[in-house]
Amino acid sequence: MPHTQHPIEILRFNTCGSVDDGKSTLIGRLLYDSKSLMEDQVEALEKSADITGGGQINLANLTDGLRAEREQGITIDVAYRYFATPKRKFIVADTPGHVQYTRNMVTGASTANLSIVLVDARQGVIEQTRRHTFIAAMLGIPHLVIAINKMDLVEWRQERFQEIRDEIEDFLPKLDVFRDVKFIPISALHGDNVVDVSKFTPWYEGPTLLAHLENVHIASDWNLNAFRFPVQWVNRPNNPTDPMLHDFRGLSGQIASGIVRKGQQVAVLPGCIKTTIKDIWTYDGSLAEAFCPQSVTICLEHDIDISRGDIIVGLDSLPGMGSALRARICWMSTRPLQAGKRYFLKHGAQTLQAVVTQVEGRINMETLDLEPGPTEFRANDIGVIGLKTAKPLVYDGYTTNRLTGSFILIEQGTNATVAAGMLFPPLEVVKPEYTDFAI
Amino acid sequence: MSSYHLDHLQYLETEAIHIMREVAGEFERPALLFSGGKDSICLLRLSEKAFRPSDLPMPFLNIETGHEFPELIEFRDRRAKELGAKLIVRTVDEAIQKGWATPARGEISRNKLQIPALLGAIEEFQFDCAIGGARRDEEKARAKERFFSFRDSFGQWDPKAQRPEIWNLYNARVNPGENMRVFPLSNWTEMDVWQYIKKEHLAVPTIYFSHERECFRRGGQWIPVPPPHADATKPDPYAGARPKPTEPLKQLVVRVRTIADMISTGMIESPADSVDDIIGEVSAARVTERGTRADDKASEAAMEDRKKAGYF
Repeated sequence: MPHTQHPIEILRFNTCGSVDDGKSTLIGRLLYDSKSLMEDQVEALEKSADITGGGQINLANLTDGLRAEREQGITIDVAYRYFATPKRKFIVADTPGHVQYTRNMVTGASTANLSIVLVDARQGVIEQTRRHTFIAAMLGIPHLVIAINKMDLVEWRQERFQEIRDEIEDFLPKLDVFRDVKFIPISALHGDNVVDVSKFTPWYEGPTLLAHLENVHIASDWNLNAFRFPVQWVNRPNNPTDPMLHDFRGLSGQIASGIVRKGQQVAVLPGCIKTTIKDIWTYDGSLAEAFCPQSVTICLEHDIDISRGDIIVGLDSLPGMGSALRARICWMSTRPLQAGKRYFLKHGAQTLQAVVTQVEGRINMETLDLEPGPTEFRANDIGVIGLKTAKPLVYDGYTTNRLTGSFILIEQGTNATVAAGMLFPPLEVVKPEYTDFAI
Repeated sequence: MSSYHLDHLQYLETEAIHIMREVAGEFERPALLFSGGKDSICLLRLSEKAFRPSDLPMPFLNIETGHEFPELIEFRDRRAKELGAKLIVRTVDEAIQKGWATPARGEISRNKLQIPALLGAIEEFQFDCAIGGARRDEEKARAKERFFSFRDSFGQWDPKAQRPEIWNLYNARVNPGENMRVFPLSNWTEMDVWQYIKKEHLAVPTIYFSHERECFRRGGQWIPVPPPHADATKPDPYAGARPKPTEPLKQLVVRVRTIADMISTGMIESPADSVDDIIGEVSAARVTERGTRADDKASEAAMEDRKKAGYF
């Protein structure tokens, strides 16, 4: 690797599939074959007596870090791995296949650019395959790879590969959100088509998995439409000795979407106050413009009472505002969700109380259809609910904005995170006539 | 590639700044764990980027084992002063005197004794959050850590009951007596840390650079010879950590790759005397950073066990 590196991008991906599909083995293979493993890691592997017959290292033990996992041979929790090639840096979330750990897949996948869904070539498409593909689509992950693994165990037959591909392409149109979908025949155990091209698949003309990860176009994955800036922290030095610092009124946060420029007109919500961007302050100097996902400190023309949780938005495309919400959620708790229960709802930089007003329906993972009728959600159920918040929420639909369209629910008392929520688009946006032009 | 684009260091930086501001926004009494080591040096710069021009809204906290490299202590104190931050230091010795910590018979390392000392400091100052510089690429158990890692009222980590972390929505709620450990550098690698130090022109303690030092061989590592026992009226703080007659001394050109304290840090033989040299060395390295940490070599689950007990 050269010492002086030109700017390189980070690609975040997660792996999912059902138990024994070979997820951890695949990541171990990527690390091993891309020479990202260190001698003491290999030494630790050997020390833990995981040399299987034939002198093969058990690659899964690289990611199964906790004692219980090694004992049971399963992956309990999301494990994060890091490796780099001269082209890109990678953050890998190894997410478990056990149905009871679907919440961890949501965790690992929510920040990913790309999902790898593993399919065992012998078993073909099973409920977990549908569930994981569906979750990746629901989370709005732009890029999907279907890695058909253990091809060596089906004699590298192209017909088998095509059969599985056809079956997945049958239900993909229902999940019409992926920017690209790639099918790759691999053997994670032996390394075929993972880093090195397999000699067993002359019929396959696509890239190896690593080549695809290195080259898939991710520059446009960040949302540069509609400016949204949730205020995280009010930056007021209150320094009496320095006049510049004494008057400094900054609003610190991370741009959730869009671009902002000095001199631009913006609205502060939910107060509905219009003002102008006076300065985009950073530790490294003022900026003329800033974009998602930069962290900056914004100074406004007018001294308005603004606190954590308020949102500064561009005027060209306004968000919705309301306290009656509809959302798709993934339920993550062993205590069921029921209508009438109260939770804390965290959205952007604010937390407010919310009550579940309605349980509309649950997704049937076989058909991927929404079925009405359940009175409660159990752990790992995905469905649609109605919510009412104690104060109006400023939000966008999840499909147009991943960060201002998402929320989590927190159980009161235990403080457990019990749901990941994706909001449906608002029925109407904030209306200009409600805007207070007073200042 | 559009101009509205962040390279990997800018991406890691904005993610970390967002997390530090969440801490300031969500917690009443946070602290930042600052040892003077390279990871926490990055944390300091990130806290400046997150909170300037205001004062840093949290004090620095360091737990000393009593076996620190003097260069590290000097650096730590100077940086805290330069940044105008309040520095709180608590020691393993105090924890032993107060009866919070009991050294195991025959155990020389004070690494584990930092746990009760840290928990004691958290209780003393009623901290509800401690920001640390741990990274997931350091170790297998750390790879499973969340950004916001919940600790119960005993300071314990329960890896099987971690709160799911979705998008950038961190659940920071704790009940009285409980606390959170927050790790803004979770997604950083050793290489990222050095590249960031280079990019930001950050000063680091001189022991990271090549220098001459008297060492002895123990457990497959070069251990630095501790400073002489000056005060004969007190017990030798380095008892057991001094070279035995069977461990001959050797003058070597070495540096540290990772810093624990003097008795659990293996020195590596290296001519690297600039950040650029170190970056070159890291990219060519064939063992992990923690491969030079005696405290992790105890068993395959050494880190997992310490973290469950309240280690950071």
